[in-house]
Amino acid sequence: MEKIAVKIDDLTVAYNYKPVLWDIDLQIPEGVLMAIVGPNGAGKSTLIKSILGILKPIAGSVSIFGKPYKKQRKHVAYVPQKGSVDWDFPTTALDVVMMGTYGKLGWIKRPGVKQKKKALEALEKVGMLSFKGRQISQLSGGQQQRVFLARALVQDASIYFMDEPFQGVDATTEVAIINILKELRKAGKTVVVVHHDLQTVPEYFDWVTFLNVKKIATGPVKVIYHDDNLTKTYGINYKVSIQK
Amino acid sequence: MDLTEYIQLVFSDYTLRTITLGTAILGAVTGMLGSFAVLRKQSLLGDAISHAALPGIALAFLFTGTKDTNILLIGALISGLIGTFWIRGITAKTHLKSDTALGLILSVFFGFGMLLLTYIQKQPNANKAGLDKYLFGQAATLVESDVWLMAIVMGACLIVLFLFWKEFKILLFDKDYAHTLGFNTKIIDVLITSFIVMAIVLGLQTVGVVLMSAMLLAPAAAARQWTNSLGIMVFLAAVFGAFAGVIGTGISATQNNLSTGPVIVLVASVFVLFSFIFSPKRGLLFKRIRLIQNRNDLELQKTLTFMYHIVESHQNISHPHKIRILNNFRGYSKKSLNKLVAQDLVSVEGDLWSMTPKGFEVAKNLYNQNKDND
Repeated sequence: MEKIAVKIDDLTVAYNYKPVLWDIDLQIPEGVLMAIVGPNGAGKSTLIKSILGILKPIAGSVSIFGKPYKKQRKHVAYVPQKGSVDWDFPTTALDVVMMGTYGKLGWIKRPGVKQKKKALEALEKVGMLSFKGRQISQLSGGQQQRVFLARALVQDASIYFMDEPFQGVDATTEVAIINILKELRKAGKTVVVVHHDLQTVPEYFDWVTFLNVKKIATGPVKVIYHDDNLTKTYGINYKVSIQK
Repeated sequence: MDLTEYIQLVFSDYTLRTITLGTAILGAVTGMLGSFAVLRKQSLLGDAISHAALPGIALAFLFTGTKDTNILLIGALISGLIGTFWIRGITAKTHLKSDTALGLILSVFFGFGMLLLTYIQKQPNANKAGLDKYLFGQAATLVESDVWLMAIVMGACLIVLFLFWKEFKILLFDKDYAHTLGFNTKIIDVLITSFIVMAIVLGLQTVGVVLMSAMLLAPAAAARQWTNSLGIMVFLAAVFGAFAGVIGTGISATQNNLSTGPVIVLVASVFVLFSFIFSPKRGLLFKRIRLIQNRNDLELQKTLTFMYHIVESHQNISHPHKIRILNNFRGYSKKSLNKLVAQDLVSVEGDLWSMTPKGFEVAKNLYNQNKDND
């Protein structure tokens, strides 16, 4: 049987009075490339943020490889939504990618030659090496997204959480990103992606979770990605043509 | 008095030297820390903190009965901190936005402070006069021990910046991400905010409650225009702040003792204005010039492409054509034609123009390039 990378039990999260996530039980097997799909306000980002400890759940627990997240930080990388930061911040692409090394460095210690080398490698991997000295506001949306991805790659983690990495990027960048994600899976990493484009789910991912406040279904795309689950999640009679 | 005379005076006159040094250090500290406030979009926080410090000064005087600056500033520090954490509490616990919380705390604390000041005025206490100097500041009251205090805070600030540079940077840029990396963002946050409060309180004696926030914002806003690196921005803000202090003190000392605080703030504002207009990358002037240049370049390229299409249909590329036919093209002007001639891309004889071989090559490449981009 495969190992469980992330195990979530009874997770309930609320911002004010209304729960955003209700009683989520979810197990993510190691080595899958998983999409989280669901309508706006379904709690997709919230789920990731709760796993990462950014949000405090009302109830429930999360474990990463059998231990609480706090003890497993170094095995987990995060790509936030691109819109969550101010891209006019005075810094360069390389500098942002270097931030990925801060976690392993810990307090006070500064990044050195080794960390810089890693950051340059990651930039090369996402095809952004020639932009390393570019002020981040001068990058296009797709390039900014690649920089974020490179920052996560530098973390050298076992599990990657990505919040809408395909949002607002052009076709070239989308292909570049998905190729990197597939590479990560090949290397045995677990990748969890909040995803919006229902058409591309079967092509990109091998695992899927339907979410709408409650967990609707989770499992292999080939088995559970069908109109029935889509309708249950989105509440409308959704028809998607799945190419097999 | 000319400049050299004044500089000599700064070194020889004890009072002037103390004030100049004090305002320079103050400007440097507030400039550095102001960069963080600006980048966190907490520009107004400084205003709220300085106003919130006023009741602390008044209460410290009421409780201790002394006018000792250090004791009054401790009062200011405490009430400034209380104000700051209430603002954070209000935004965290209610649906109110931060600007509402800031405005609320600012006016409540300032109102309470003014109330206490008028109450103190009515007390039969000979010691009372002089508290209102904290409203607009009075640099002339700076003594050596005040400057030492500023120097110590600046030293502490430099050490903290040096040690936690990476932590500050990541908190400013991406707080949630910093949290996932295992940094306690609350501690970093409190550290930055405490230093900002400390810098503000330190400036109350010199610049005053009302204008203090300008000391925080102006040098940082000016510095941001000149660089895209956080380190250089913080450094430049410190330099601008220090110069605003020195120049402001100089103007105030030589011009009938104009009130120092407002003059320093005005000098800092001149830095901001200058930077907004003249900084090479983000300044309005060069942005405008670049825009016009770009437009002209494109117009020229389009004219050349238009000519290329005409020339293309002839065997001999240097075959002359009437200038008149260029009038059909919107981007054409006499000026652009002259420019093309000057670049040796086109030659003109009488009312005829022809393309040079060089012009043909350039246009061909332009055209191909544009086709690739489509």
